[in-house]
Amino acid sequence: MYYNVYGEKVSRARFKGMLNAAKNRRELIAAGLTSRRDLWKMGLLTAAGTLAAKNGLSAQSTGSFNLCAVGNQAASPPTPAFVEPLPIMPQMQPVPSLSPAHTLAPNTAAGEVRSANDQAFTQFPPQLLYNVTQKALQVSMSPGLPTQTVWGFDDSNGHATSPGPTYKATYGVPQLTRNWNGLPPASQNGGFGMPSVTTHLHNAHNPSESDGNPCDFYDQGHFADQHYPNVLAGFSSTNPPNGDVNEALSTLWYHDHRVDFTSQNTYKGLVGFYLLFNQFDTGDETTGFHLPSYPQFDIPLVFHDKVFDPSSGQLFFDLFTLDGILGDKFLVNGKVQPFLEVQPRRYRFRLLDTGPSRFYEYFLTDLNNLSAQNPFWVIANDGNLLPVPIQVQSVRIGVAERVDIIIDFRPFAGKTVYLENRLRQINGQGPVPPQGFLPGQVECSDANGNVLSDIMPAGGGNLLLQFRVSGTAVQDNSVDPATQPRFYQLPSTNAQPRITRTFKFDRLNGQWSVNGAFMDCSRFRFQVQQNSVENFILVNATGDWTHPVHIHLEEHQILSRNRAAPTLAIENSRKDVTQLHPNERVLLFFRFRDWLGKYPIHCHNVVHEDHAMMGLWHVQPEGDTVLTP
Amino acid sequence: MDTSRRKLLGLAMTAPFTGALLSARPSASTAGATSNAAARERIRQRFFPNVVLRNQDNQKFRFYDDIVKDRVVTINFFFAKCEDICPLVTSNLAKVQKVLGDRVGRDIFMNSISLKPEQDTPGQLKAFSKMHHAGPGWNFFTGKPADIELLRRSLGFTNPDPRLDQDTNQHIGNVRYGNERLMLWAACPGMADAHFIAESIAWVIRND
Repeated sequence: MYYNVYGEKVSRARFKGMLNAAKNRRELIAAGLTSRRDLWKMGLLTAAGTLAAKNGLSAQSTGSFNLCAVGNQAASPPTPAFVEPLPIMPQMQPVPSLSPAHTLAPNTAAGEVRSANDQAFTQFPPQLLYNVTQKALQVSMSPGLPTQTVWGFDDSNGHATSPGPTYKATYGVPQLTRNWNGLPPASQNGGFGMPSVTTHLHNAHNPSESDGNPCDFYDQGHFADQHYPNVLAGFSSTNPPNGDVNEALSTLWYHDHRVDFTSQNTYKGLVGFYLLFNQFDTGDETTGFHLPSYPQFDIPLVFHDKVFDPSSGQLFFDLFTLDGILGDKFLVNGKVQPFLEVQPRRYRFRLLDTGPSRFYEYFLTDLNNLSAQNPFWVIANDGNLLPVPIQVQSVRIGVAERVDIIIDFRPFAGKTVYLENRLRQINGQGPVPPQGFLPGQVECSDANGNVLSDIMPAGGGNLLLQFRVSGTAVQDNSVDPATQPRFYQLPSTNAQPRITRTFKFDRLNGQWSVNGAFMDCSRFRFQVQQNSVENFILVNATGDWTHPVHIHLEEHQILSRNRAAPTLAIENSRKDVTQLHPNERVLLFFRFRDWLGKYPIHCHNVVHEDHAMMGLWHVQPEGDTVLTP
Repeated sequence: MDTSRRKLLGLAMTAPFTGALLSARPSASTAGATSNAAARERIRQRFFPNVVLRNQDNQKFRFYDDIVKDRVVTINFFFAKCEDICPLVTSNLAKVQKVLGDRVGRDIFMNSISLKPEQDTPGQLKAFSKMHHAGPGWNFFTGKPADIELLRRSLGFTNPDPRLDQDTNQHIGNVRYGNERLMLWAACPGMADAHFIAESIAWVIRND
């Protein structure tokens, strides 16, 4: 089914024509070619005054489908698996005071780079202060690899790690992080990485000056004071004065967001967790929702895939790719294929995909019983507790997405089981499509002509993390998800949007674009009215790319995928990243509340993001009416 | 935004911050000089084939030795007879050159490489360069087709769909920019705002 912007049915040919016409127009406008003289000069206007045929002007105008081309894979040296324990990132520790003390206006004399004065510092005075320095660290990622120089975070209390230490934050306890750039000179970057940073707290309901905007980067010797009020959305709008508890966030993460260099800097290690607790999600399994206690039984897991140079064994980053980067080594919390000793009881794991470009579908695998289904429970999507736990056989996430899961290890007492990624992905375009995805499409096959399915067989995928389930029955005060405890209700999406905006994600002459335009730090694409409701339509006109799309400031709910309610149960949730699949149109519901200022919308395949698939927008007391920003 | 943009541009164009500010923070650990030299060498081997190119004045250049080594460069692909967006990208780059002023040829070197080297003789390139008022420090290159193909693939101007990869128009929207010595490489769209492209290039001009 094809529709125009008014929701009327149109033929496929007409739909394609509309897309092409709109694209051509946007390209001409983007090129600043609005006068007939310009068009004539560039050979785009014929003598008869009509626009010349522009075949090939757009990458995907030929409607090509090829998801099977193998990416430029480099083989890393062999590494032993499951010989080192899973690192658990230490907890970020506060400092008693900051010197010089924080100022409402950016303290440029002391070297601060902040884009604006604090919006709500006096309303939410910080009770915890952190003094964090981004710096180079020597780490071992595997006994099969030499020591690596990566970039991480140092909390000034003896915790300097990559991934960085984990923040344990609490609603109602505002905090402030002084974030220093203490990275080495560029000439010592080991082959990639820009020592110029801006740290985004992903999914926080934060004022824009503390958001870590991609364009607010700073060099060595400078810092940004980032005020994290830890306040619920709606505190000054829909649900004053404390906000809506049904908007509570649990699993957030921080990462570098430096425009054009995010993929290199996050690959180099500038990522970490930020866990946000409240009176329900308490971190103590004897209180609140009775979720497994942090940190013993509530374990954050950072997943990253990397490539190592075959000769030197050093971490390698493909500087010259447009599509995306896939690694052939799978790391969890900074170690290649680690193991974790667990007790036969329930655990909460917070799974985060930091990319750069890979999607994961997690299964629980018993290598001695490959035909067994080993279900587990999803309790949160993008760090937001679901209304009720959902039992699954597997769960899929893209870059920047999170799922919180509960695994009950009682059935595996005395055994070894694995968290396995069984999703096949062979290049930066996204996962291999399921069979029959597009009628008539040639399916992906190997050199022998065997069709490659999107899901690899049990035990035949990427074994990520080994669980050694030891000991006998133990005390477990955590709630059994099978009893279907209620968490938060989903906020209503019935409100009428002030405006519905459309964003088309596309590849244009080898570059990544949103609505035919490119990232530009000096331009806002659109202006949202403070405390208003908007719908966004995300459109993927290409047949062969999946884009994990992230919008800052507020979460969204997915109203429809290709005009049908989402079929995936866990998508009945609050999201901050939505996977935009090939040929898809996704309708999102937003409520932009409380804060003013600038934020981005972007693809979170960080290679696409670095190649301009991003745009800035801002919240102001008055909104605009730009439909396709 | 404009003010902060200018401020950042200015910040990137001056020497990096040292002295008092640096000493006020915890000291950074440093990687060995050898491994950085090795990393630079790996990048050279993997991405910068030292093929011979000729410019619009029929002068011979080796791609690594004479074009990218020790320099801040922009690299894009084009061809003179391209009637789609090539002329738009080239005229946009001419604007970028204007914004950068006399830094082009001194701090920054712009390089446009023909995807149709059989057609684009040095003479054709000369005419194309003149038509776009390209100034000193901006060279247009041709070479052996196999060498240019190797260069295109090495620098990642490719499409994973083999059919789209055959279409030269798919490779003309990008402008790579980088600082070879500092191993800082990124890219921006050739059709992006000329001032923003100029600002982006300036990010990699650093003395650290």
